[in-house]
Amino acid sequence: MNVKLNGKPEQVDQTTVLELLRARNIEPQMVSVEHNLKILDKDHFATTPLHEGDSIEFLYYMGGGG
Amino acid sequence: MAMNDDQIKRYSRHILLPEVGGKGQKKITNAKVFVVGAGGLGSPVALYLAAAGVGTLGIIDGDLVDLSNLQRQVIHHTSDVARPKIDSAREKIVALNPDVRVVSFHDRLTAKNALDLVQGFDLIVDGTDNFPTKFLINDTAIFARKPLIHAGILRFSGQVMTILPGTSACYRCLFKAPPPAGMIPSCQEAGVLGALAGVIGSIQATEALKLILGVGRPLTDRLLTYDALTTRFRNVAIRRNPACPVCSDHPTITQLVDYEQEVCRTA
Repeated sequence: MNVKLNGKPEQVDQTTVLELLRARNIEPQMVSVEHNLKILDKDHFATTPLHEGDSIEFLYYMGGGG
Repeated sequence: MAMNDDQIKRYSRHILLPEVGGKGQKKITNAKVFVVGAGGLGSPVALYLAAAGVGTLGIIDGDLVDLSNLQRQVIHHTSDVARPKIDSAREKIVALNPDVRVVSFHDRLTAKNALDLVQGFDLIVDGTDNFPTKFLINDTAIFARKPLIHAGILRFSGQVMTILPGTSACYRCLFKAPPPAGMIPSCQEAGVLGALAGVIGSIQATEALKLILGVGRPLTDRLLTYDALTTRFRNVAIRRNPACPVCSDHPTITQLVDYEQEVCRTA
């Protein structure tokens, strides 16, 4: 299906947010996921289905600044 | 208070801007900004706000200048190594603009001192280097209802977001809690391009001045991300999280907490 991932159109085979993270080798603890403008609870990564046209943002922790 | 001739000349390029003018410059002169950290982000933030004529700059940092800081912390010079960062920063600020009153604290921001310290300031700028303090600053801003300009950097990337408590999304709307200790590499472990701190810190200073002047559209409900390697800026739309642990209608965090973990220490 076609989704928008971090602003770019992409074709994905995965059916849940967690599967998509795994497929991209992203450790779920390391990101926040925004799914159609809603920040997901990490507990819901596995149960949030992906649909055609969804918009997904992986938001990374950045703790530096010193 | 009327500006003298030197001040009119010093701030002439601001005064020329219709959005600033003499009135706006006075707003800047009356502004009180609290900068947390006199490091990579705090350096450009403090220098640009001082140059702009921000009347009162509060700066807190408990560290000493280390040789490894100088690659990015442009407020400190080689001769400042081993001095408290706040002393070094104060000296440069006053040399740049004697109009600025510097209120400095050689300390770390903690759950105990945070609310007292930010009292009396109009807005807070996050220039810290670790997650515990970034979360502490967010919660302090929410409880004290002070606008916050958040930022973080790592390697070649940075992010910035303005938080207007009660109005726009906060840091915890995005990130509920700090990542597990050791999960995210620090700048000390992973490195950071020095000039990146200048890009992100300058955006923070710009956003602070916009808030002071009340001009433009603040960087609220958006996370600005910058990737230096591809020179790409993105605005990611963010909404307030109805389940946010600190700024929602039913918060689970009602007092400040100190997290143990340390990430990206500079010294």
